[in-house]
Parts: sequence; structure tokens; C-alpha cells
Amino acid sequence: MSSTTALRRTPFHEFHRQAGAKLVDFAGFEMPVRYTGDVREHLAVRNAVGLFDITHMGEFEVRGPGALEYLNRLVTNDVAGLAVGQALYSPMCRPDAGIVDDLLVYRYADHFMVVVNASNMGKDFGWMDEHRPPGVVLEDRSATTALLAVQGPRASAVLRDHVPAAALELGYYRFTTGSLFGVPGTISRTGYTGEDGFELYFGAEHGARVWEEIVAAGRPHGLELIGLGARDTLRLEMGYMLYGNDIDDTTSPLEAGLGWTVKLQKGDFHGRDVLVRQKSEGLKRRLVGFQLEGRRVPRHGMSLLAQGRTVGLVTSGTFSPSLERPIGMGYVETALAAVGTPLEIQAGGASLPARVTARPFYTRGSHRS
Amino acid sequence: MDYPDDVRYTQDHEWAKQEGGVVTVGITSYATDQLGDVVFVELPEVGRRLEAGKSFGVVEAVKTVSDLFAPVSGEVVEVNGAIGDNPALVNQSPFGDGWMVKIRPADAGEFGKLLSNVDYENLVEESH
Repeated sequence: MSSTTALRRTPFHEFHRQAGAKLVDFAGFEMPVRYTGDVREHLAVRNAVGLFDITHMGEFEVRGPGALEYLNRLVTNDVAGLAVGQALYSPMCRPDAGIVDDLLVYRYADHFMVVVNASNMGKDFGWMDEHRPPGVVLEDRSATTALLAVQGPRASAVLRDHVPAAALELGYYRFTTGSLFGVPGTISRTGYTGEDGFELYFGAEHGARVWEEIVAAGRPHGLELIGLGARDTLRLEMGYMLYGNDIDDTTSPLEAGLGWTVKLQKGDFHGRDVLVRQKSEGLKRRLVGFQLEGRRVPRHGMSLLAQGRTVGLVTSGTFSPSLERPIGMGYVETALAAVGTPLEIQAGGASLPARVTARPFYTRGSHRS
Repeated sequence: MDYPDDVRYTQDHEWAKQEGGVVTVGITSYATDQLGDVVFVELPEVGRRLEAGKSFGVVEAVKTVSDLFAPVSGEVVEVNGAIGDNPALVNQSPFGDGWMVKIRPADAGEFGKLLSNVDYENLVEESH
């Protein structure tokens, strides 16, 4: 006898179905991987504007005395450095510096919001709850929070007249609360694409209204619906991490090239001792980006070789629609991490020539800095 | 979805069409729907001998890669050069301009063993 658990759905499921989206299981949610085509959707975000349903992600609220210190012990980046209305990106590490998840921390006037990967929601909540001191309140708001991303050079134009004017002036990784398309929520100048754009958090009960209003507002600007497939090619072109591929429990932020998120001076946090040691002893391996000469595409799990010797593994790989060539990332021995180092990728019986390249692969994105 | 009835099918989502002494091979619309945008197809050279059921090439899509399996044994007599410059043809016209190779079959009996369009449709339906 077997039982199947029904996939969870976001408030936008019917819109995806009506748009003819290909729906797949992603972290237990029925999500649109593609609407019209991976390449078309990817280029729509780079050249115009796209709308993403990313409601599957998790949102936790943290409040109470000691909340800031609590979060600062959990993550590597410095929460104390945040102004109200500012967010940061950070890994959250175990004591051995392996990464539990990568996440965003938003500082509101009277609480914090932590935004986590859908695939790690249960794990993250359990970890955070385990380390929560008395007095700090941790609540999971994911089930009632809708999250949409509007990304692309025309994102501001789409939101104009539908969000407070101040929201359009937000700097990168700044946010404000206010009315978005007629409903209360948070407007954040963040994203996972490398383009200018916003992420909109609001009550799930307003889903239909907000979706329809965004689609209508976007029509004159060529707004397209964007699936998780294009979301992945967009982020990979920027060299952004995907948990489970490029980072996981066995990788440290320094190995992954996330040293800029590690603030050793801020005080103690999970993994700090190991990170200090890694920094002083040097890293055995590093995550690098690489480009391929041919048209065969590197894929997660393929071996990386140098002069016939296995030196690492591909963590993420795709065909880059913007660069029109295959790209990928993977861990290699530190001695081979320099830009220009030749590598070979084992694709079945074939050996694909590649070269270490700088990240981001795509450098013409419109995102604020 | 109706699959063309003038070709036969494999379990791996290739189609094969017999005309004169030549079998044309491609991948089905179900395959292209699963794969997404095709970006490169690696095909054998003319003259190469293929064995039924064995891999003879690779289809690279943005999101995934898939081997191509020969529906019948035989010799490659023609390769579709148009999809080298324009791999999107495979998505746009999987049963037409997106064809991949033409084979001179070694064993006339093999073609008849392939799936009919009705059997293929059932196969596809069952996997949902």
C-alpha cells in the first residue's frame, strides 16, 4: 500500500494552469518550471521584465529581546550593521562551517524577517528553534505569505503608480512597507536575476488581485511570466548560489566564494572558529566558474579533470541564453582556481574542454549596486 | 494529444518513418516538451553504423541532456545539417524540419517492432 502526499500549491496555481505552464514538483510545491520557453523567458527578464511566483519560499518572523544577537549568532553576515528597512544575504552555518542554508534577513522596526529556501524550510526552522534563547519569538509565516518577484530593466515602470513613490527610489537590498497594487505588504529591491527588480511580500489572501493587477500593469511593458527554469539560468549567469547544488552542509562559505558575507570581526557565530582556521591555513578547494569551448553542456555531478586527473565536481551547469555558450560552476583544488586554468569535464564518454572564468559570467545586468 | 500515425515510435521518445529504403529518425513532441529549448544536437557522421537500442547521439537542452537511441540498426546515410545552425527547429517542428538522421536499415524486420502511435500515446499517458 502506498500513499502520495498532494503537492502544495501557491495562490497563483490557477493562473499558471491557465497560462499553460509546465508544472513540476519543486520542494513539495507544484510550481511552474516553464510557460513559453526557457530561452524566451530568460531573455524577457534581461531585456524587458518578468513576473515570478516564488511563494514556495519560507518566511520566518523573529522578534523579542535578544532577537538581533540571536540572529547574529546564527548567520555569518553582520545583522547589527543593518538599518531599519535594509536586508542582507547570508549563509547560516553549522559549528563545522558547513552551510545549513543561504537566506535573507530583513530588519523591520520591531522585528526581523528571515527568508529561506523552500527546500530547507523544515530544516531551517528546526535549526533556528533549537538555538533560540527564551524570550525570542520565532514564527513561521510561510503559509500565509505570498511572494512575487518583478525583475528586469522595466520593473520600475511596471510598479510605478502601484507602489509608494519612495519604493521606486529604494537602493539595492533596501525595502519599505506600504501599499502594493492596493494591498499592504513589503516592497524590497532584491532579486535573484542580476537585473533591477523588486520582490513583493503580501498576504496570500490577496493573491489573485495582485497577480491580475501586475499582469495588467506589465502588459504595455512586455511583461512575461517566468518559470523556475529561467530563474535558474538567470541566477547561474550571475554566479549566484543554489543550495543543494553549489552549497550544502559539506561546503563552507569561504570555499564557495562567499567570503564577503563572512564578518569574522562581529563576534561569535556558528562556524566562526572553523572559518578563522580556514582563512589562516588556506582553503583546500574553491568554487570556480568555467566556460566551455564547444556546445555540449556541463551538468551537476559531472567530474572536473585537469590533465586527465579528477580534481573536482560540477555543481551547476547550463547553456547560458545571454552568452550563448555553456557555463558552469564547480569545486576544484585551490591550485587550479585561477582564471584561465584549463579543465576538462567528463560528460559520459566525452571529455569537454573548459576554462576557469571570472564570475559573474554575465556583467551587463541592470541591478542596482 | 495525437501523435502522427504515419510514423512509428520507441519507448525513448524517438520516431521513425520508413520511406523507400530509408528510415528517417527524430524525437517526438513529447520529448521536446519534456526537454525544453534544444540548444545543441550531437549527431553521428554519415557512414557510421548504428545498432538498434544503442545511443547514437545527444540532445542538449538548456535544462537537461538526453541520449538519442537508434530505433533500428543500419548505416547513417544523411544527417540534418539545418539543426546545427538552428537547434530550435527541433522544438518548432519535431516531426518535420527537426528530423535528425536518415538510416539505411540493416534488418527490414526491426521497423515493424516499433510502437504504433496509439501504443506510444498510451505509453506517454501512463507516465503521467
